[in-house]
Amino acid sequence: METFIRRAPRAAALVAAVLLLALPPFVSSFMLSLMTQALVWAMLAMSLDLLLGYIGLASLGHAAYLALGAYSVGILTTRHGADFWTSLAVGIAVAALGAAVFGLVALRATGVYFLMITLALGMTVWGLANRWVSLTSGDNGIAGVPRPRGLPWDVSGALPFYYLVLVAFAVAFVVLWTVVHSPFGKTLVGIRESESRMRTLGYHVWLHKYIAFVIAGAAGGFAGVFWGYYNGFVSPADAELATSVEILLMVALGGRGTLFGPVLGAFVIVLLRNVVSIYTHRWLLILGAVYIGTIVYAPEGIIGMARDWLKARARAPLRPAPSP
Amino acid sequence: MSGEFFIGQIFNGVSYAALLFLLAGGLSLIFGMMRIVNMTHGSYYLLGGYVALTVMWRGAPFVVAIVAAAIVIALIGIAEWNAFLKRLSGQELGQVLTTMGFALIFQDLGLVIWGGDPHTIRLPETLSGSWVVGELYFPVYRVFIVGVAIAVSLTLWLVLEKTRLGAMMRATVDDPEMARGVGINVFRISMGVFALGAMLASIAGVVAGGFVGVYPGADFEILPYAFVVVIVGGMGSLKGALVGSLMVGLLDNFGKALFPELSYFTLFAPMALILAVRPTGLFGRA
Repeated sequence: METFIRRAPRAAALVAAVLLLALPPFVSSFMLSLMTQALVWAMLAMSLDLLLGYIGLASLGHAAYLALGAYSVGILTTRHGADFWTSLAVGIAVAALGAAVFGLVALRATGVYFLMITLALGMTVWGLANRWVSLTSGDNGIAGVPRPRGLPWDVSGALPFYYLVLVAFAVAFVVLWTVVHSPFGKTLVGIRESESRMRTLGYHVWLHKYIAFVIAGAAGGFAGVFWGYYNGFVSPADAELATSVEILLMVALGGRGTLFGPVLGAFVIVLLRNVVSIYTHRWLLILGAVYIGTIVYAPEGIIGMARDWLKARARAPLRPAPSP
Repeated sequence: MSGEFFIGQIFNGVSYAALLFLLAGGLSLIFGMMRIVNMTHGSYYLLGGYVALTVMWRGAPFVVAIVAAAIVIALIGIAEWNAFLKRLSGQELGQVLTTMGFALIFQDLGLVIWGGDPHTIRLPETLSGSWVVGELYFPVYRVFIVGVAIAVSLTLWLVLEKTRLGAMMRATVDDPEMARGVGINVFRISMGVFALGAMLASIAGVVAGGFVGVYPGADFEILPYAFVVVIVGGMGSLKGALVGSLMVGLLDNFGKALFPELSYFTLFAPMALILAVRPTGLFGRA
């Protein structure tokens, strides 16, 4: 039974990986588009999980990095004809720079105050996207972002583009996985559990948080680059408060502090949104219910629920039979 | 920059600040007392406007509409708090997600019930028109809003500082456990404050309906402003909410007039910087 508990998540991850690799050539173009979109949001949710799940910092401004990455692509490709690698490098650099500045401001606070400062910081990016018309085209957004150019193979088709995003997702996953399983990542968890104890042990708490904050921002920008390419359109909605909260939902719904959870959460939300929208216009009503339901029924997320269920199953046979 | 321009902008900024204070004053009390991050606050504002519209379409006067909106929204707030929020104290993520869920549900219900078109609340005769002083026009309605905000802030201040109820509320903000220990019904006080906050937000919504209108999306448009006011002023501090409202109102107006391309940036960036220096806000306590 013990081995079953240990193996179940790995088996599930393996099945998911095989599906992501092998399924796309056989699904409809609608489904393929949804899977591509879900992978992008999954990257974004994983990047936020580094903050929320591993250091315990809930950010209300994570959409800012999505927007910084996406706008970099939008501006560079439509106005300067930039190729994929340039857009990617600039997108990540801009988001990392943004996080480096924001981190200086935001990391002075924790808890509610951290939420509020990141909200204000996120709004500055939204404000620039909305009003700095000469750079961002304001409310109209930037349309006509082409598919990536300058890669050794052609990714203009939906299927090759999907695999490009899948490769990006794999890179993001491996990088973040390495980070959270490194001594650095363990230190982050230590900070989440007890900041004062880690400080007493001689760890530079602020610096650890700061580095993680910048990594999360850069990873968010990385996702944003692919969002810009996927959507072909960049607008202030990418930087909205509602978008930031939705990323938080994906992490919480899947299960924070697991990396797999946010991926699951992103897939559930993206698929649910698009499938439900076919049948009804009342998607927001349902999304609202998902928000509330997550907190009421699955505060530790789907992964947390599954873990509890597995543990309960494992424990069940050990319970003594009720005596008559 | 002429003197008229300057005075005009200050007047606009102050009247917007008055509106923000109505919205954010209650939010600040809720924050201070219960540490609840309430994303539904913008929805109370929007729904307040809609309820007032419905009542006025049936022929009721403006004042009745304000009272009706205040009562309905206060009841909604009490229900939401009782059913969900009171159990989530100390869980910021849970609060954000739950209240966001309600905000989305209210947004969609608003769309179902009142449609997607913008509406304007028709003002009574006495409040329309303008006072003209030299080259300057002061719309009576905006002066009225400033008056309402001053009246509300004075009332709140008197209640908080000079009455027994106010002392109980302050005790609950400072130390809920001790307050409970000396026999204050913290539960009832908290519920009352939550209702009061929702009520003030709905009044702000009705008042705003008279000059910016009532329209889908107004909830999420105003919400960040309310948050910024509360956090800059300091959670739980009425004085802070007042100063924060003035700062946000003026920065917003001057930003839009002087640096249109950077206008939101000139609003939110200074706020973030103030928070960086004083994470608890100008008048807040940790």
